[in-house]
Amino acid sequence: MTMHPTVLSLRGATKRFGGLVAVNALDFDVHENQVLGLIGPNGSGKSTTLNLISGALPATDGEIVLRDRDITRLPPQAIARLGVARTFQLVRLLPSMSVLENVMAGAVFGHRRRWGRAAETHARKMLDRVGMGRKLHLGIGQLTYIDTKRVELARALAGEPRVLLLDEWLAGLNPTELEEGVALIRSLRDDGRTIVLVEHVMDAIRSLCDTCVVMAQGTKIAEGTPEAVLSDREVIRAYLGDDDA
Amino acid sequence: MTDGGGMDIIITGLVLGGTYALIAMGLNLQYGMARIMNLANGEVLVVGAFVAFWLYTAGQVSPLLTLFVVAPLAFALNWLIYRFMLLPLVRRAKSQGQLEVDSILVTFGLSFVGVGLMLAFFGGDYFSYSYLARPVRIMGETYGLNRIVAFLGAVVIGGLLYLWLERTRPGRAMRAIAVDPKSARLVGIDVPRMSALAFALGGTITAMGGALLSTYLTLDASTGVLFTLKALVIVIMGGVGDLRGTIVAALLLGLLETFVAAWIDPGLTLAAAYLLFVLILLFRPQGLFGRKA
Amino acid sequence: MTPSRSEAARIGWVVLALAAAATLPWIGSSYYLALGVTIATFTVLATSWAIFSGPTHYISLATAAFYGVGTYTTGLLIETMPYWSILAIAGLIGAAGAALVGLATLRLSGVYFVIFTLGLAEFVRQVLTWVQNLTGQKGIYVLTQITEAQIYWQLVGLAALVWLAGWLIGRSRLGFALRIIGDDEEVARHSGIDTAMAKVLLFMIPGAAAAMTGAILAPRFVYIEPAVAFSPMLSFQVVIMALLGGTGRLWGPLVGVIPFTFLWEAISSSFPNQTTLLLGLTFLLIVYLLPRGFVGLFLDLRQHGGGTFRRAGA
Repeated sequence: MTMHPTVLSLRGATKRFGGLVAVNALDFDVHENQVLGLIGPNGSGKSTTLNLISGALPATDGEIVLRDRDITRLPPQAIARLGVARTFQLVRLLPSMSVLENVMAGAVFGHRRRWGRAAETHARKMLDRVGMGRKLHLGIGQLTYIDTKRVELARALAGEPRVLLLDEWLAGLNPTELEEGVALIRSLRDDGRTIVLVEHVMDAIRSLCDTCVVMAQGTKIAEGTPEAVLSDREVIRAYLGDDDA
Repeated sequence: MTDGGGMDIIITGLVLGGTYALIAMGLNLQYGMARIMNLANGEVLVVGAFVAFWLYTAGQVSPLLTLFVVAPLAFALNWLIYRFMLLPLVRRAKSQGQLEVDSILVTFGLSFVGVGLMLAFFGGDYFSYSYLARPVRIMGETYGLNRIVAFLGAVVIGGLLYLWLERTRPGRAMRAIAVDPKSARLVGIDVPRMSALAFALGGTITAMGGALLSTYLTLDASTGVLFTLKALVIVIMGGVGDLRGTIVAALLLGLLETFVAAWIDPGLTLAAAYLLFVLILLFRPQGLFGRKA
Repeated sequence: MTPSRSEAARIGWVVLALAAAATLPWIGSSYYLALGVTIATFTVLATSWAIFSGPTHYISLATAAFYGVGTYTTGLLIETMPYWSILAIAGLIGAAGAALVGLATLRLSGVYFVIFTLGLAEFVRQVLTWVQNLTGQKGIYVLTQITEAQIYWQLVGLAALVWLAGWLIGRSRLGFALRIIGDDEEVARHSGIDTAMAKVLLFMIPGAAAAMTGAILAPRFVYIEPAVAFSPMLSFQVVIMALLGGTGRLWGPLVGVIPFTFLWEAISSSFPNQTTLLLGLTFLLIVYLLPRGFVGLFLDLRQHGGGTFRRAGA
C-alpha cells in the first residue's frame, strides 16, 4: 500500500468534552485512491473523529494533516476549501432550494470553485453521477430518503474534494436501496476517490474498504484489511458483537 | 461624589456593582432559564423605580417598604407578559434561533410600549428624591447612606435568591432547565411552568433593583435601555445561567464605570460597558468562567 | 450573467418608477415634498436594513448610530470639503464602522450582535458629547444653499443605488452564499463558505447607506447636536417598516415604508404625546399578525392561487 501517497493523516488526535475523552490519541493515515472504514460500536468516537477532520469540532490535542498542510486549527470552511467534503449523519439539505441548487452550493464554494454556467453544468454532471439527473428541479420536500442522501453526496462531490467523508451514508436504507447505495459508493471507489467512511453495515465494509480502523471508547484497537480486522476474534467479541446486524 | 482618589472609587464602584448584580441576576433568570432575551428588562427596572419615587413623594413611604409592593406587582406583570405575549412565541417557534429573533422583536416592541406608558403617566422629566441622603464614614471616606443601604438591600435579595436556587426543589428545577430543558422535561419538570416562573421572578428581581437604585440615581422614562444594555453585557460576561459569574461581572462593571466617571467624564456611562463587551467578544465570548464549547 | 427578457422588463419599470418619483418636487406642494423626503429616507434605511437582516436573521438596531455619524460627517466637513466628496466619505466611514462592529460580533451568534447594536447609537452620542465638551463646542451649524428638492433627489438616487446593490448581490456568489447561510449555516460552512466574512461584507451596506442618508439630510437640520442626530426612535422605525413590508424581496421594505409614513403622520398629528406608545403597539401588532410582512402575504396568496413559486436571485 506504500505506492499510494498519504493524503490525510491523524497524529494523536484527541477530543475531550469536559472530563469525557471522546477521541483518544488517534493515529491513522488515509492513502490516495483508497477507501478507509472507521468502525466500532456506538459511542466509540467515529463520528467525532469525522467532525475533527472536517473542522466541525476543534481538536483538543494532536495534529491533523492534509497533504503537508496542518488543518488541526482551521475552521470548517477553510478545510472544505483545502479539499475535504462531507455528508452528515442526519442528512442536511438546503430546504428552500431545488436539487440542482443544493448541489451547486458545493460546486460554487467547494475545493474547486466554479461560477455561473460552469457551476451549473458541473452540478448537473454530479447529479447524473449519483443517478439524480432527472430530478434536477424537484424541491427537497419531494424527495425519497435515498434521494436526499444522493443529493447530499452529489453536493459533497461537486467541489471535487481530495478526501470525501461519509458519515453513515448507508444507514437507514431498506435492502433494495442499500444495494444501490453500496454500488454507488463502489463506483466512486472505482473512480479513484479517496474516501473515509463511518459505517455499521458489515457487508458494505467488507466489499468497499481497503483498510479498516476499529475504534472502541475513543481509542484505536485494530487496523488492517477488512478480512484481517473482522476475523479478529477479540474485535468481534468485544466490540462488534451486538452491532454486527 | 468622589474627588478621584483610590479607595473611595473602589468602594463606590463595588456598591454600584452590587446593585447591578441584582438587576443582571434578574435578566439572567429570564435569559438563562426562561430562554427569553428580554430587551424590555430596563423598562421594568424604571417602573420599579417610579413606584418607589411615587410612594415616597406622595406618602413618605420608605423605599425599603416599597419593595414589598413592587415585588408582587412586578411578579404579576411579568408573569402575564410571559403567559400571553411570550409563550405563544415559544409555541410557534420552530427552532431556538427563531424564538430568539421573535422574542428580541417582541420585547424590543414592549420596551417602547413601556416607555410610552411611563411618558403618558409620569411625563418625560427626570425624577429623583432625597432618601437617607446623609453622609456615612467608612474607612475614612464619606459615602451617601442611601448607596450603602441600597447595596445591603441588593445583597440580602440576591443572597435569598441564591439560597432559593441552591437549596429548594423548585430552585433546583429552575437551574435544571437552564442546563438542559429536554432532560429536565424527562425527569418530570414542568418546563413551561418553570420558564414562566423564572421569567416572572427575573422581572421581580429587576424591579426591586430599580426601586433600590432610585434612592440615589436620577432616572427618567427613557433610561431603561441603558440598564438593559448593561445587564446584558454583565450576563454575557458572567456566563448565561451562571449567577456567580454574573456577580463578578457586575462588580467589575461597577468598578470600571466608577473609574470612567471619576477620571474621564460622568457622561460616559456606557463607555465602560462597551469596553468590557468588546474585550469579552474578542477574548472570552463564552463568558468569564465558561468553558470553550 | 446577462439579464433575461423578463428581468430587463422589470428593470425598465423600476427606472420608469424612479423617474416618476423624481418629478415630485415640480408637481407637489411643499407638504408633499417633505413627505416625499421622509418616504425616500426610510426607503433607503429600511431597504438596506433588510438586505442584511433578511437573509442573516440578525436584527440590527444600529441604524441611528450610522445615521448620526453621517450627519456629523457633513457638519464637520461642510466648510472645508466639496459637498459630493462628503457623501462619499460618509459612506466610507459608515462601511468601515459597520465592518468593525461586524468583525467584533458577527462570528458569534446573533445575540451578541443585537446587544452590541442596541446601545451603539447612545454610546456614540455620549462619546461625541464628551468630545464636544472637551473642545467647548455645543452643536454645529450646517449652512448651505441646498434645497429640499435637491435633498429629495439625492435620496431617491441613493435608494436606486441601494436597490441596484441588492439586485447585484442577489445575482452574485455572495447572494448565493447568503441563501445557503439562511437555510443552514452548518452546511454553508462545510461547503466552504466563510459565513462570518459574508455577513460582515453584507452589514457594510446598511452601515454605508445610513451614514450617507444622515449626510444628505444634515443641511435640513441647519443646527446639529448629538441628541437630534442619534435619536433611538429612528432605529426602531426602520425595523418596523422593514418588517411590515417584509424582507424576502427587494421591494418589500418600500411597501412597508409608504403606508407606515402616512400612519405615522396621522399618529403624530393626532396624538403627539403618545407617539412612543403607539409606535410600540403598532410594532407588536406587526410581529404577531404579519410575521413575514406584506411580502409574506403576497407569497402566500400567490402560492394558494396556484402560481409557481420561484425565488428571485439565482
